[in-house]
Amino acid sequence: MDQLLINSGFPILSVLTFLPLVGALLLLPLRSEEWCRRVSLGFTSLIALLSLKLLFGFDKTTAKFQFVEHKVWIDTFNINYTMGIDGISLLLILLTTLIMPFCVLASWSYIKTRVKSFMICLLIMETAMVGVFAALDFVLFYILWEAMLIPMYMLIGIWGGPRKIYASIKFFLYTLAGSILLLVAIIWLYVANDHSFFIPDMMWQHYSVTAQVCLFIAFFLAFAIKVPMFPFHTWLPAAHVEAPTAGSVILASILLKMGTYGFLRFALPITPEATVILMPYVLWLSIAGIIYGGFTALGQSDMKKLIAYSSVGHMGFVTLGIFVMNVDGIEGAILQMINHGITTGALFLCVGMIYERTHSRELLSATGIGKYMPIFITFLGFFSLSSFAFPGTNSFVGEFMILSGAFQFSTSQNQFPYLALAAIPGAVLAAAYMLRMLQKIVWGGTNNPDLAWLRDFDLNVREIVTLAPFLFFVFWIGLGPQPFLELMHTSVSELLTQFDLHQTGAVAAAGLLGN
Amino acid sequence: MLFLPELTTLGAGLVFFFFSLGRPSNDKVQKSAIAVAGLTLLISLLCVRSEGTLFYGAYQVDLFSQLFKVLIALGTLIILLFSANDAGVKKGLQAEYYLFLFTAVLGLMMLVSSIELLAIFVALEVSSFAVYIMVPMRKNSITSGLQMEAGIKYLLYGVVATGLMLFGMSYIYGLTGTTELAKIAPALSKVYTQPAAIVAILLVLAGFFYKLALFPLHFWVPDIYEGASNETTAFIAAVPKLAAVALLIRMTNLVTGPGMVIVNVLGVCAVLSMFYGNLSALVQKDIKRLLGFSGIAHAGFILLGLLTFQLTGYGTAIYYIVGYLMMNLACFLVICSISQGGKNVAVEDFTGLHKRSPILAITFTVALFALAGIPPFVGFTGKFLLLLGALKQGHLVIVTLAAINTAIAIYYYLSIVRVTFCTDDEDRGAVAINPLMSTLSVLLMLSIVVMGVFPSQFIDMAGSALKLIH
Repeated sequence: MDQLLINSGFPILSVLTFLPLVGALLLLPLRSEEWCRRVSLGFTSLIALLSLKLLFGFDKTTAKFQFVEHKVWIDTFNINYTMGIDGISLLLILLTTLIMPFCVLASWSYIKTRVKSFMICLLIMETAMVGVFAALDFVLFYILWEAMLIPMYMLIGIWGGPRKIYASIKFFLYTLAGSILLLVAIIWLYVANDHSFFIPDMMWQHYSVTAQVCLFIAFFLAFAIKVPMFPFHTWLPAAHVEAPTAGSVILASILLKMGTYGFLRFALPITPEATVILMPYVLWLSIAGIIYGGFTALGQSDMKKLIAYSSVGHMGFVTLGIFVMNVDGIEGAILQMINHGITTGALFLCVGMIYERTHSRELLSATGIGKYMPIFITFLGFFSLSSFAFPGTNSFVGEFMILSGAFQFSTSQNQFPYLALAAIPGAVLAAAYMLRMLQKIVWGGTNNPDLAWLRDFDLNVREIVTLAPFLFFVFWIGLGPQPFLELMHTSVSELLTQFDLHQTGAVAAAGLLGN
Repeated sequence: MLFLPELTTLGAGLVFFFFSLGRPSNDKVQKSAIAVAGLTLLISLLCVRSEGTLFYGAYQVDLFSQLFKVLIALGTLIILLFSANDAGVKKGLQAEYYLFLFTAVLGLMMLVSSIELLAIFVALEVSSFAVYIMVPMRKNSITSGLQMEAGIKYLLYGVVATGLMLFGMSYIYGLTGTTELAKIAPALSKVYTQPAAIVAILLVLAGFFYKLALFPLHFWVPDIYEGASNETTAFIAAVPKLAAVALLIRMTNLVTGPGMVIVNVLGVCAVLSMFYGNLSALVQKDIKRLLGFSGIAHAGFILLGLLTFQLTGYGTAIYYIVGYLMMNLACFLVICSISQGGKNVAVEDFTGLHKRSPILAITFTVALFALAGIPPFVGFTGKFLLLLGALKQGHLVIVTLAAINTAIAIYYYLSIVRVTFCTDDEDRGAVAINPLMSTLSVLLMLSIVVMGVFPSQFIDMAGSALKLIH
C-alpha cells in the first residue's frame, strides 16, 4: 500500500460522495416544489464549495493517491471501501461538483412535473459520479458505475422528449451490456492478484500478453461504449436528444468522461502491453470518430443532435490524445475532457434555453434569434467558438496539445505523421458545423420565422448566472491553462514512466503479430 | 425445545383443521393464520441456537437448519400479511387452505433438518403434497379452470421428479449400504468416479432441482405460476426454494472431491437455466409467468455457488437465496396489492403505477432492479459474489456466460420499470393500500438495500452455520 498517501484526517471524499445522498433523503418529506429546488441548489452548491478543499489541499508534487480513506467492507472477500484521488481524477471530480449546481439551476423552470423526483435523481447521480472518480477499490467503482444507470435512466425515461422510452432503454441496455465483461475482468484480476480488489495493486503487474489482450478488450467494450467511440456511439444522439437539459449536460459533461477516465485509470496501467499491441486500432477508431462525428454533425437540423454528434468528434480527440502515449497527448486529453465538459455542457444549456421558449430544437425554427436575444447570442457565440477550438478559448489549448502529441507519436515511431494529418480535417469540420449553426441562429435567411416576441424574453438573471461561470472557464483555460496542467502533470508523468517500463515485452509480441 | 418450531406449525395445522370443521368467518381465519405464523417465527427465532439430534440420528437440529427455519417462517408470515385480503382462495375453503399451507411449512422445516435419505423423502413429500392441493384451491370464477390444470400438472410432474429422486436414493443405498448422509459421504468418496455413483447423485439432486425450478426440471413453472392464486404463487416462488437450497447444499456436501463430471453437469444445467429462463421471460405478458421464468434463471445463478464445492460458495448461495426471497416477496406484495379480486396481473396493469401508488411503484422498481442485478441492491451483490466464487475455481466460461445473461435479463425487468414509472394512465384508479402494507414494503425495500450494501454479517452468519454441517 505504498502508493497511498494519507494527508487528510477529514474524510472529504466520503463527504463529497454521500452528501448528495443525504440531500436526496432530506427531499423525501418535502411537499413544496419550490423548496425542493432550493434545497437541491443548496446541497449542490455546498458540495461545490466543499470540493474546493480538495483543490487547496492537493499536493501537486506527488503522483501518489491523496485524501485516502480506507475501511474494511466485506471482510470474507477482501472487499474494502477505499477512496483516493490523484492528478487525473482531481479535475474530473471538481468538474462534477461544480457543474451540478448549474444543472439544478437549468432545471428550475424547465422541469414542471414531478420536481421532487427529478431533484432526487440528480442528487443520486452526483453521489455515483463523484464516487466513480474517487473509488480505489474495483468493486466500489463497479457498484457506483452501474448504480448510475438507474437515475440516468429515470432522467431520460420520465422527463425526456417524445421518444424517451426508446432512448432511455437503448442507453441502459447499451451501457449495461458493455460493462458486463468488465465485471468478469474485475473478478479475474482479483483472482490473479492474490485476492485483492485494490486498484493500485492491480496496476503494473506482468500478466501474460494473452490475458492482457482479453482484459483490454473487456475494458475497451465498457469504456468505448461510455465515451462513446465510433462505432459504439449510436446510443448517444438518441439519449442526448430526448434527455431534459440537465440530463444532457450531465451526460455530455461527466458521463462521457468516465469512459476516457477508465482508459487512463485501468486500461493503460493494468494492460500496458496489450495497449501497445492494440494501440493502432484504437487510434484509427478515434480518427474515424472525429471525421464521422464532424460529417454527421454537419448534416443535422436538430440542434441537440448536432451537438451530440460533435461530442462524438470531440471525444475522438480525447481518445486520440490518450493513446498516443506521450505527455502532451495525455495532458491534452485530460484538459480536453474538462474543456468538453464546460463547452458542450454550456451549449446544451443554451439549446435548453431556446427550447424552453420556442418548444423546438429545430435549427430552422430558431433562425434569426440574434436580432431579439442579444445576451443569449453573446453566450452562444463564445461557446460555439470554443467548441471548434478557436484560439484563445479552452478547446484550442486541448486540441493543440493533442495534435502536438499525435505528431510526436509519429516522429517517435519514425513514421510520416498520417495520424495527426488525418485528425486535422476534423478540426475544420468542427468549424464548419458550428459556424453553420451559429450563422443560422444569429442571422438566418430571408424567410425567418417571426420570433419578435422573443424580444421580451432574453435571458433572465438566473440564466445569466447559469452560463457566466462556463464562459469564465472557457477563457481562463484558454488563456492561462498552466494551473490546470500543473495539477495533473506529476500523475501523468508517473503514468508514462511506468508505462514505458512495462511495455517492453509487448514490442516483441507486436513484432511477432506483425510477421 | 429441539422440535418446538415444527410442533408449533403442526399445532397451527391442527387449529385450522378444527376451523375447517365449523363455519368460521374469513376474517377470523385470516387473523389467526397471521397470529400463528407470527408465533412460529418467534419460536423459530428463540430456538435458533438449539442443537441436537432426534429420531435416532435421522434429524439434526443445528444453526444451519434453525436459520433456514427462521427464514421459512419469516417468508410465510410476510406472504400471509400481504395476502390478507385473500381474494384468490375459493370461498369456504380458507381454513383448509391454511391447513395445507402450514402442513407445507411443517414439511419444509422438517426437510432442512433431515440428514437421512428416508427422512428427507418423507419431509419432501409432506411439503409437496400440501402444495399440490393448495394450487387448485383458487377461486374458479377468476381463471375458469386454469388452476385445475395447474394443480394436475404440478402433481404429475412432481411425482415424476420424486420418482427420479427415489431411484437415485436406491442407487446410493446400493453403493454405500446406508441411508445416513454422514455415513454416505465417506463411503461414496471411494466410488464417486463410478458412473453409478454419478447417476445416483444427479438423480437425487433432480428432486431438488424440481423444487428450485432448475433446468431441465423447470417445465412446470410457467403454468403453475399462472394457474395458482397470487398468494400461492408467492409461496411456491419463494419458500420451498429456501429448503431446496438447504438440501442441495447438504447433498453436494456428499461429493467430497469435486468429480469433474458432476461439476460439468451442474455447470451446463446452470447456464442452460439462465439462458432458458431469461430468453423465455423476454416475451412474457403475464407478470407471474415472467417472474417464473426469471426464477428459473435465478436458480441457475444459485447453482453457480454450489458447483464451487467450497464453503464460501455455499455461503453465497444461501445469501443469494435469502436475497431472492426478499426481492420476490417485494414483487409479490405489489402484485397482490394491485391485483383486482385476485386476478392475474399483466405487465400493462402496472401502467402509471407511480401516480396510482408511489410507494408500490418504488418498491416494485427496487425489487426489479435488484432482481436484474443492478447495484447497490442485494441481487447485484449476490450475483457478484457467486461469480467471484465460481471464477476462483476457474470456471471462466460459465462465469462469462452468466454475466452475459445479466445483460439479457435487464431488458424485461426494464420494460416493467418503464411501464411502472414512465407512463401515465388516467383510466386506472389509485391503488389503496393500508399502512401495514406500506410499512411492509418499506421494510422489504430496506432489507434489499441493506443486504446489498452490507452483506458481511449475512455471509458470516451463513458461513458459521455451514461450518457445522461440513
